[in-house]
Amino acid sequence: MAARGCGGVWRRARQCGAGRPGPGPAPFPRRQRAVACNARGGAVPAGKSGLAPWIPVVGLEIHAQISSNSKLFSGSQVQFAAPPNSLVSFFDASLPGTLPVLNRRCVEAAVMTGLALNCSINKKSLFDRKHYFYADLPAGYQITQQRVPIAVNGSLSYSLCIDNKMSQMVTKTVRIKQIQLEQDSGKSLHDDTRCQTLVDLNRAGVGLMEVVMEPDMCSGEEAAAAVRELQLILQTLGSSQAVMAEGQLRVDANVSVHHPGEPYGVRTEVKNINSIRFLAKAVDYEIQRQIEELENGGTILNETRAFDSKLGCTVPMRDKEGKQDYRFMPEPNLPPLILYDAKSLPANMNHQQVINIDWIHERLPDLPSVKREKLVEQYGILPEHSFTLLNEDGLAEFFESVVNQTQMKPKKVIGWILNDLLSYLKQHSLTVKESPVSSFLLADLLNLLEKKEISSTAAKQVLVELWKGEGKTPLEIVKEQKLELLQDQKELEQICQAVIDGQENE
Amino acid sequence: QKVSVEVLEHLEHLALVDFRDSEGVERLQKAIQFADQLHQVNTDGVEPMDSVLEDRWCLYLREDDVTEGNCTKELLENAREKVEEYFVAPPGNIPLPKLEERKTFLQGS
Repeated sequence: MAARGCGGVWRRARQCGAGRPGPGPAPFPRRQRAVACNARGGAVPAGKSGLAPWIPVVGLEIHAQISSNSKLFSGSQVQFAAPPNSLVSFFDASLPGTLPVLNRRCVEAAVMTGLALNCSINKKSLFDRKHYFYADLPAGYQITQQRVPIAVNGSLSYSLCIDNKMSQMVTKTVRIKQIQLEQDSGKSLHDDTRCQTLVDLNRAGVGLMEVVMEPDMCSGEEAAAAVRELQLILQTLGSSQAVMAEGQLRVDANVSVHHPGEPYGVRTEVKNINSIRFLAKAVDYEIQRQIEELENGGTILNETRAFDSKLGCTVPMRDKEGKQDYRFMPEPNLPPLILYDAKSLPANMNHQQVINIDWIHERLPDLPSVKREKLVEQYGILPEHSFTLLNEDGLAEFFESVVNQTQMKPKKVIGWILNDLLSYLKQHSLTVKESPVSSFLLADLLNLLEKKEISSTAAKQVLVELWKGEGKTPLEIVKEQKLELLQDQKELEQICQAVIDGQENE
Repeated sequence: QKVSVEVLEHLEHLALVDFRDSEGVERLQKAIQFADQLHQVNTDGVEPMDSVLEDRWCLYLREDDVTEGNCTKELLENAREKVEEYFVAPPGNIPLPKLEERKTFLQGS
């Protein structure tokens, strides 16, 4: 199996007369991007500009907050936006004499995720301490899995549109290096005016799954598509709600560039990326910045940079004290985590204390890729349609509901869902659940159309009326606006004749 | 083998310990010497042990119930400074000044 999914190359065209980019606080000047990553994977030869091509390399570290009632090692609640320090146990605050107790649900979430990403689940995994000082890490260390994580060596397949055309989709794969369980830190609110930091430990100790993706990607678009697919998988499994806006899914990107045939370049780490859209921008900006820096004879520092979404650029992060020495050591308070499968299941053991990997495997739900295939097979819709259906929360269910309530062929229904319903929802920033038009109403309308009681133009008119959400049925609107199709031959002849007569009089 | 000043400074920086005087450094050297005796044992082909319990299952798994928390007042009692119900900390890590900038015994070494 090909490890690297991308042989794509970037080339920068130097604008005529452009001098060296000047230093200063302004974001790095953006030049015209010459060639985007070649989605087909072929290397693009050095072209007219004569400059050697660049290969960007992008790896991702993703932290997904585990969807559980309580924290990874303590019984305090996991909840977004609660009064500060109200969801904190003595262990979370690192008071002396407290000990970690592993939450079973968190382990199951990690196993599910590992299985869904085709990983090998380590039947024995270990916990370690990663030491560093920060106000939101009261213990002075984070409990993580550095030596032997719970899952390793998986893969994630995702799809991209070539040239922005949805009709041309290509599938790529990124290797998953590992998945590890670890604690989240508390939250620091920086109060620059009073020169202090306010610390809220509600988040301290919440369970995280860190998913490490190998540097198999080569553009912001690929990184964004991979993360989007991971997000859908996590949401389908229920192991994480993965809402980036609530910090349940955090992505750090590792970016470097090099010439074909040469060793990998120095990489930078980009943090503070708050949405999938910004992820693509941040990665693309950083690739561009590194190429320009190197082509101008500069060097890339192995540093951590933050993405500034307002300026659309990456800036070096403050507070970075050079290379960190985390002094990893085994967590002395936690013995190894042992998982079982059907073969190794011990007899005479309390069920509650046993996690059976095979049992979890059997109960995995259909992953997004499988759901899409089923939609295409069952309803005869196009693959790109299935992507859009799954991309919007609740849309696939809405579509199936309509199909079940109408005689219209799914291939025709899909047009109404994707073109009419979805565009309206997008225009008004509504989710499918908030739609003023229910699947029942839409099916009703499509039935009128299917029975040829109204024309498709009339149907669109009725839909506009239905959006108002005034509670009228399609039939009522049709009658109100007199949109029925005339079927009576004689009546039609009379109308045509009248029109012709009218014309003759002019 | 003596521990170099660079390593001592690195340790002070990492662990925020203060070796303070030659006695502190001596104690460290002795501790390292003591632990170094382990090198006399041939461990070729032997997996490192991380628990005396070895492969016997014993990591207790807790049910995912909410049983703790809601003790903001108690936790904040320990805080020297607080704002509303937040702990107060300096704006960022205050790095230990470099060796040259400190009055420390290590300078003389």
